[in-house]
Amino acid sequence: MQSLSPRGMLVITLSLLLALVLSVLPLPKWALLFYPQWLPLVLLYWAIALPHRVSLGVAWLLGLLLDGLYGTVLGEHALALTVITFVAGKLYRQIRMFPILQQAFSMMMLIVLYQVILMWIQGIMGSLQDVRWFWVSAVVSMLFWPWVYTILRSCRRRFSVY
Amino acid sequence: MGLRFILLVLLSIALMVLDYREHYLTPVRNLLTGIVAPIQYAVNVPIQFINDTSSHLSSRQTLLSENTTLRANQLLMEAKLQKLIALENENTQLRALLTSSTRSDNEHITVAQLLAVSTDPLMSEVVLDKGQNDEVYVGQPVLDASGIMGQIAQVGPFTSRVLLLSDPRSAIPVQAVRNGIRGIVLGKGALGNLALTDIPITVDIRVGDILVSSGLGGHYPEGYPVGVVSRVRHDQGGQFAAIEVIPSAQLDRNQPVLLIWPTNKNLSIDAPAIQSEHKALIKPHHADERKE
Repeated sequence: MQSLSPRGMLVITLSLLLALVLSVLPLPKWALLFYPQWLPLVLLYWAIALPHRVSLGVAWLLGLLLDGLYGTVLGEHALALTVITFVAGKLYRQIRMFPILQQAFSMMMLIVLYQVILMWIQGIMGSLQDVRWFWVSAVVSMLFWPWVYTILRSCRRRFSVY
Repeated sequence: MGLRFILLVLLSIALMVLDYREHYLTPVRNLLTGIVAPIQYAVNVPIQFINDTSSHLSSRQTLLSENTTLRANQLLMEAKLQKLIALENENTQLRALLTSSTRSDNEHITVAQLLAVSTDPLMSEVVLDKGQNDEVYVGQPVLDASGIMGQIAQVGPFTSRVLLLSDPRSAIPVQAVRNGIRGIVLGKGALGNLALTDIPITVDIRVGDILVSSGLGGHYPEGYPVGVVSRVRHDQGGQFAAIEVIPSAQLDRNQPVLLIWPTNKNLSIDAPAIQSEHKALIKPHHADERKE
């Protein structure tokens, strides 16, 4: 396995950093409901496209950063991101073969899993609030998947990140 | 891959237990807050820039009229302040006559700005642009112009996190202005709606009652507005009334907020500042200015 070119590293890091920035954009509470889960989307793309580059360690560190940004208990987002990256890493061969709509649907299922883990942990901590509409964000994320996929794939090809 | 997965999951669970149950990880958490602070400032800068530009572009006419209103307001405030100083002196004298324990009102106050970043949608928290470098401490009360907003939950090097009154983990001891009835206001997770709990149905609390902080518990300073009772429901057969409260502070606005260093927190660093008179007047925060 040859090592990642510095340019490739830069592309991956920048895209993940951009996803982090997008996930802390200030929005009113009602709009947050319709806001896609940027970090899981971008992370899942890399986990499926380059499973040997972006895998569990990266997911865990990103989750820890997200915990710092959101002020949640340390390890919460880290655990959730690690779990979905693990599942994506097991299934990446199938998911790559899926047509784009089916891919988007599997992304939605993974993001629902991500959110359920988060809510489960917050429930244990006793700080869970109204979660009736949590799935809306997962559906919006699904609608965003084709765009995320296309943009990141063209980036990956143009800068030949393998 | 499988082994690494199990290790990372166990590590996450260990982190969560240590952080939540035992609070062993405060240094780690503060370090992490320092690491992510650049991201938060990076998000904040363009948004502040847009706000600033739009205020630069506002017309001369609006600025003039705004200026006039502000001047009028300031005059009004100054008049009220004069009265307040007189009352404060009188109050101190009366208390001295009664030889009761003196209640100092000279808190030290500084102004902080909310960072325009979002936090976990499942929690009611906001991020301030002041941290350890400005001597912010955990548990410190945070106010805005119209009432108490919450308290500092966590302090990083350059930022700090405010737990708003609306968070389910927040509780504040209050008393009604009209009749001094005491109670505790809890957050319910909705920004515009708090709950006054454990008030028996026989107690006289009405819609429109103003609740101020009672200072019991020694956490929040005494006498600042917390909210107004908006709804009182007496359930048949229930022992306690279900009372809803609208917070006085605007929890959903991006405005400057006030950080208070109360006198009853016996912080040695603030001791000289507390001695000097009328520190309640808002001053820009400078460490050297406080050590007059």
